[in-house]
Parts: sequence; C-alpha cells; structure tokens
Amino acid sequence: MARLASSRWSIVLGLAIVIAALPFLFPSNYYFRVAAIVNIFALAVVGLNLLMGYAGQVSLGHAGFMGIGAYSVAIGSAHFKLHGLLAMLIGAALAGLVAFLVGRPILRLKGHYLAVATLGFGLLISMALANEAAWTGGPDGMGVPRLEILGYRLRGPDTWYYISGGALLIGVILALNLIESPTGRAMRAIHDSEIASRVAGIDVAAYKLRIFVLSAIYASVAGSLMAFLNGHITPDGTAGFLRSVELVTMVVLGGMGSVVGAIVGAAVLVILPQALTIFHDYEHLMLGLIIMVSMILLPRGIVPSLLARLRGGGA
Amino acid sequence: MSFPLLETDNLSIAFGGIKAVDSVSLTVQPGKIHSIIGPNGAGKTTLFNLISGLYQPSSGRVKLGGEDVTGLPPEQLARRGLSRSFQNLQIFFRMSACDNVMVGRHRHEKTSMLGHLFALPSVRAENARSRDLAMGLLERVGLAGVANKEAGSLSYGALKRLEIARALATEPRILLLDEPAAGCNAIETEEIDRVIHDVAKSGIAVLLVEHDMRLVMRISDHVLVLERGKSLVSGTPETVRNDPRVITAYLGTFGTEEANRA
Amino acid sequence: MPELLQFAFSGLTVGAVYALVALGFTLIYNASDVVNFAQGEFVMLGGMVTVFLHLAGVPLPIAAALAIFATVLVGLALYAFAIDPARGSSAVTVIIITIGASIFLRGVAQVIFDKRFHALPHWFGSEPIRFGGAAILPQSLVVLAGAAIIVALIFVIIDRTILGRAILATAANRLAARLVGIPVRKIVALSFALSAAIGAVAGILVTPITLTSYDVGTLLALKGFAAAMLGGMGSAVGAVVGGILLGLAESFGAGLISSKYKDAIAFLIILATLFLRPQGLFGKKSVERV
Ligand SMILES: Nc1ncnc2c1ncn2[C@@H]1O[C@H](COP(=O)(O)OP(=O)(O)OP(=O)(O)O)[C@@H](O)[C@H]1O
Ligand SMILES: [Mg+2]
Repeated sequence: MARLASSRWSIVLGLAIVIAALPFLFPSNYYFRVAAIVNIFALAVVGLNLLMGYAGQVSLGHAGFMGIGAYSVAIGSAHFKLHGLLAMLIGAALAGLVAFLVGRPILRLKGHYLAVATLGFGLLISMALANEAAWTGGPDGMGVPRLEILGYRLRGPDTWYYISGGALLIGVILALNLIESPTGRAMRAIHDSEIASRVAGIDVAAYKLRIFVLSAIYASVAGSLMAFLNGHITPDGTAGFLRSVELVTMVVLGGMGSVVGAIVGAAVLVILPQALTIFHDYEHLMLGLIIMVSMILLPRGIVPSLLARLRGGGA
Repeated sequence: MSFPLLETDNLSIAFGGIKAVDSVSLTVQPGKIHSIIGPNGAGKTTLFNLISGLYQPSSGRVKLGGEDVTGLPPEQLARRGLSRSFQNLQIFFRMSACDNVMVGRHRHEKTSMLGHLFALPSVRAENARSRDLAMGLLERVGLAGVANKEAGSLSYGALKRLEIARALATEPRILLLDEPAAGCNAIETEEIDRVIHDVAKSGIAVLLVEHDMRLVMRISDHVLVLERGKSLVSGTPETVRNDPRVITAYLGTFGTEEANRA
Repeated sequence: MPELLQFAFSGLTVGAVYALVALGFTLIYNASDVVNFAQGEFVMLGGMVTVFLHLAGVPLPIAAALAIFATVLVGLALYAFAIDPARGSSAVTVIIITIGASIFLRGVAQVIFDKRFHALPHWFGSEPIRFGGAAILPQSLVVLAGAAIIVALIFVIIDRTILGRAILATAANRLAARLVGIPVRKIVALSFALSAAIGAVAGILVTPITLTSYDVGTLLALKGFAAAMLGGMGSAVGAVVGGILLGLAESFGAGLISSKYKDAIAFLIILATLFLRPQGLFGKKSVERV
C-alpha cells in the first residue's frame, strides 16, 4: 500500500481521478472557487516543496514570485494589451530571471540567515508592488482583464477549476519526473550532506540555483492563475509576507519531500480557515493558531505521518 | 618509476596557531596503496581535507595527474578523478543505499534539467544504467541485500562500505579512504581489505588512513607516519615497522597490542 | 548641515529601538538557538496595552508597568506552549512556529484592540528642542536614555550575576550546562521573559513618536534581525551597535535617497553583511569541520 502510494504513476492517476470526480460533490460555484484556489496554491507548493523538502533550502519570500506572476498578467494585459497567456509566459520568465539573479547570492546562506534573506526579498517585492502605484494601482491593487481564448472569455470558477487542475497535474508530473532523475538525486543529496555531494562532483551552488529558479517559475504560474481566477489582485494578497508564510506552512504541514503532501498541505490550509472563520476579523488569529498547532503536533507533516502508520507504525 | 598521480608539495595549514598539517610532501602512484598512519590528532584527516579541496592550504601545492589543482573545490576535483570517504560518515541518510551510490554516478550523467523534467527516454535509459552500475558496486562491497533500504537505517559497518561504493561510483583515478575499517567487525574488515586490493589492482591510486595496523601493514605499498602535523617517517611497511622513532612516538602512544598484532 | 544632523537624530532614535529588538533576539538566540520572529510583537504589545489601559483611565506609569507585565506573561506563554513542546524539531519548523505565534498575537491584538494607529502622550511635551539647526523631540532623548539604561542593565546582569553566568554557560554549551546542573529550560524561559520585557519597554518608549498599531511587529522583527546579523549573531554588543547603525543607515537613506524604499535598507544591509563579513561586525568566524 505504502509502496503503491509513492509510485509515480499511481500518484498522477489518483490525482487525475480526484480532480475529475470532485465536481460531482460540489453543490455550488463557491466550492469550485475554493477548489480552484486549492489547485493554485498546491501548484506553487509543489514547486516550493522541490526547493524545501527535497533540496532542503527554505524560502520565506516565495509569494514574491507569485506576485510577479500575478502582476505580469495584470500589467501585461492592462498596460501593454498583451494576450493573457503571453503575459503569463513573460511572468514565468521574469520570475525565473529574478530568482536567478537574487538566488546566486542568497543561496550561499544557510538556516536562519537564508530564511531571513528570503523573507526580506519577499518584502521587497510586495513593497515595490505597493509603491509603484502608476503601474500596479498601489496597495488597493488592480483589475485583471478576463482571459480570452479563441473568442471564449474564461470567467466562471468552474472553468478555472478545471484549468488550474490541469496545471496542477502537469506541475506534479514534471516534479515527479525531476525527483526520479539525476537532478532529483543531486537535490536530495545536497539536503543530507553538502560536503559529500560536492565530493561526488555535484556543483551544489548551481543546483540550488536551478531548483530555486524552477520553484520560482511554479510560483509565478500559480500567481498568474490566481490573477485570472480572481480578476483583481493586491500586493498583500499575492506577494505579501503572510502568503509566503502560508506557502511554507503548506509544505511543512503536508510533509517535506512529499509531492502528495504538498497538495494535502495546500488543501488543508486553504479549506480550514474558510471553514473556521466565521468573522473576517478572526482570520489572522486562526491562521496563526493553525500554523502553531500543526507544526507542534505534526512536525513531520500529514502525509509522511500517515505513510509511517500504513507501514505499520515503524520509523 | 611511473608517473605520480597525486603529489603534495610542503602542504601546510594552521588552526588558531596550531599547525595541524606542517609541510607534508607525498606522492602516490597509480595502482599503489599509500597509507598514512599516526596518533589521534596527528593531522591525517586534515591532510585529506586539504587534498580533497575542503580546506584551503595556507602554503604548499597539490598536483593531480601533473596538473596543479591547489585550491580547487571538491566538485572540480571530482571531475578530475579524485574521490574520498569520510571518517565521520557523510551519508545521504534519507536516500536508499542504492540512491546513495547512484549519486556517485553524477559526473557521468547528463545534466540537462529540461530532459529530467520531461523524463526523456534517454534520461530513463541513463537512470537504468546508473542503477545497474550502483547495484554492481553494492554487490562488490557486500550490500546488495540492503540496496533499497533507507541509508539511515543501516549499521555503521554497512555505511562505511556504502561510502566506499559511492566513491567508486565516480570512477576515480585516486581514492582517499579515511579509516574505512573503523567500527567494522572482522568479516566486514576482511571485505574492505579485499575491495581496496581490487581497487588498486584495477589501476586506481589509493591513499589510506587506517588505525588497524594489521590491515595497513598487509596491504600498503608505502606508509607515511604523521606526528603533530609533520611527516615523521616514510617508506615501505617493513622500514616503518622497524623504525625506532615510530615505535616510540607512535606505537608507544597507540598501545603495544597493536604493535604485536602488526 | 542641519539636515544631516536631523537625520542623525532620527536615525539614533529608531536605531535605539532596533538595538533593543536585536538585543531581545540575541538573548533568546543565545539561550536556545531559536530565532524568535515574534520579537516585534513584544514591542507592539508594550505600546498597545499601554495605550488601551491609558484610554481606559489608568494613569500612564501604571499602564506602562502593567503592559510590561502582560508582555512578559505573553513571552513566557510563548515559550511554554509553543517553543518548549517543539524541542528537537528542525530549525525551519521552529521558525515557522514563531512566525505563527507572531501572526497569532497580531490577530489577537486586532480582535482585542483595533486596526487603527494609536499614540501616547509625550513624556516631557512635544515641543522640539533646537540644536545646531536641527530639532529633537524630548521623547527622542527619553528613548535614547531608556535604551541606554536597559542595555546597561542587561550587561550588568550578564556580567555580574550568577544568573548571567548561567545564561553565558547555556549559550556556550547547552549540554555541558545541563550536566553541571544549570536548569537550562528555566534559563531559556527566563530569556523569553527578559526579551519580552525589553521589547515592551521599547514599544512604550517609542510609541509617542512613531505611533503603534496591531501590525507594526513584522517589520520590526526583520529589522531587529538585520541589526543582530550586522553586529554578529549572538553578540550582545553587536546587537546594540548593529541596531544603531541600521537606524542611521535608514534615516540617511530615506533622507538622501528615497523614503519610499526606506524599509528596503534593512534587507540590503543583511545582504551586504552576508557578503562582506558573514560573521558580522562582532561575531567570530567558524570553519565547518568534517
Ligand atoms: N576545522 C578545524 N578547526 C580547528 N581545528 C581543527 C580543525 N580541523 C582539525 N583541527 C585540529 O587539527 C588537528 C588534527 O586533526 P585531525 O582530525 O586531522 O587528526 P587525525 O589525525 O585525523 O586524528 P584521528 O586519528 O583522531 O582521526 C587536531 O588538533 C584538530 O583539533
Ligand atoms: Mg581523522
């Protein structure tokens, strides 16, 4: 059972079935919307999990890349009249480029230092988005023109549920491919011993940078999808510090180094506050509480804990 | 005399005033086993760290295959055919034993990330090839039975051999082994002894640090005795064993039991 | 010229606050290796509790004392309910827990208090003192004096008391400290309490000038950390010097370059430090051993 759950194609097949079957359980558009948000966060978290769970490098500023993806779509469509999809590609390239440039110096850091440097980087991006009001509409955000493909305007949450589900599926397949490749082994090796990795001929700095860039592109695409789904974006909502913290929490909550865990973590952290928050004012309180409680009670994450139990409670 | 594969020339490093390695020169020939012995804290591991690019020497040079490689980082040295094991294990604990060895194949694998993301047929074929080679090496060090176990769950003796297999997977021209038999039982030591022999026979140069005197005296072509960072005596096992300075300086502190066994 | 003097004054004032946050960081970091991202919330609580008690009619000095007391309780609770249960978890997990705590405290403040900005009365009036063409608020002098007293107090505690010895021993080697009978967990709890008190005092001192609201903590924490890193993680002297330097850099940066990106300076300082002198101004260099 455990072996089955971790084999590549059963994960992909299972996920495809879940994405296709869930809509039969949705009583209203609201559910499609929440599920689409889960898909989008899951996509970003699958990417971040490659960086954190596999390569062992924390990023507390990853929402910054989501912001780049979201605002590329918004600014590209609104100011430059680009097609939404092209703007999304440009956003992904831009996020990758930014990650490449800042990753080089930042990824030399370890532990707390890396956490704080990435946090600062994320703050810088959301600061820039809030400050450059002429382009971004400032702290109140800006509208995103609807995506149009072959004359169809994509707007309903159900449409975006299926699109984001497809994107997530692709993201998962690519991530699973990578994990089972020499790059994947290099990533995991770096996580466990940088010294042994280097002695084995792995250019540790180059690999960290590659994974950082890749995870930034995942986040950027997720940000673009979020912009399309919501039709309106704000610096805090896409790139803010809280978003970055949520992404990291999703990775750890689901289980570091587990692709399925990334999706579960995203689902739990998106749905739980929706279910628990009766009053908008309690949002921060609940989020903080959920983060603390889950980290204390499930430091290894949901999916690895469950798998361990399936294997017969063994270590 | 054949062309030396590794040469160090007056290699030195100090930590806070203490000269951990002090003007050590040595040469290692292909296919030969060159051992370094000396009491605890003599600087053997530090010498390895200097040669393998983990520490920068404060003075002196390292030459690999005639090329000056002083100060090059370990990954560059790996590409030039230098690999090593660690006294304090450096294992990829969360990976399977087989994956640990497959990491050693890294420098021979293609590194196009796009190919990896899309799992191109060539990548899958390469994966299979690396896996076969890794399994072969695990077989060679007697670990075939635990290939799919997580490395973190293996015994100390098994991990010591896993490190050797991983180092061999890089197909080195020179292999540095830091106390490969420490903590191993008699049977495991036997196995390691045989592997080192085979490795040397295949033309790879071996630089060995080992406290097990019987092993050292039996398999070495050349022995260097280090004391407080300085090279004390250097020669064949026979000359070193009979040198009075070694007996007092080294065996004296290390215990007569070893001397007798040797 | 008077302009530069003006920048220096305001830089010193915020710098003093950063120094206190950094000092709080350092105390906890030394005792437990925990990087406490909720450090900024201590400052927020100090200010906010005082504001609301004062609004409720409590005289200012009593309100301030109660605010410090309340913040210390929060610091102890943070240790007991969030940090201590996670002993042995990875560094990332603990960081996330303290961030969760920071978000939680912010959420609680938002519910109990409100989302507006609040001020406290200046202690000695808000009539600026003229000096060399620049104007200083009397409250700035209060902040500087207060910070100096706290720093002096902490240094006396660390240098001259048994408690300080225990803290130093715990910082140097936790296992050894435990073996010689130092109650390490109590020491760590104490470091949280002390940090909370320092943060609260900083908040009370500076609120008349900078105002406070439920969400001032995040940036303060980042800047405190930048200051601690600039000075050298784990060095108390470094924390203070780093804080002052960061305050000055921000003030001059905002005045001479761009005030829009004033908050980015802390981040740039973190990066610059890490490149030029990763161990910080007062830290010790270390080589990874193999
Ligand atoms: N990174 C370092 N920083 C400071 N001192 C070091 C460092 N590495 C080694 N030393 C010191 O250098 C000396 C030599 O140590 P080394 O580990 O090389 O000895 P060794 O011969 O391998 O001993 P053993 O037989 O115990 O493995 C010791 O005094 C050690 O404390
Ligand atoms: Mg050694």
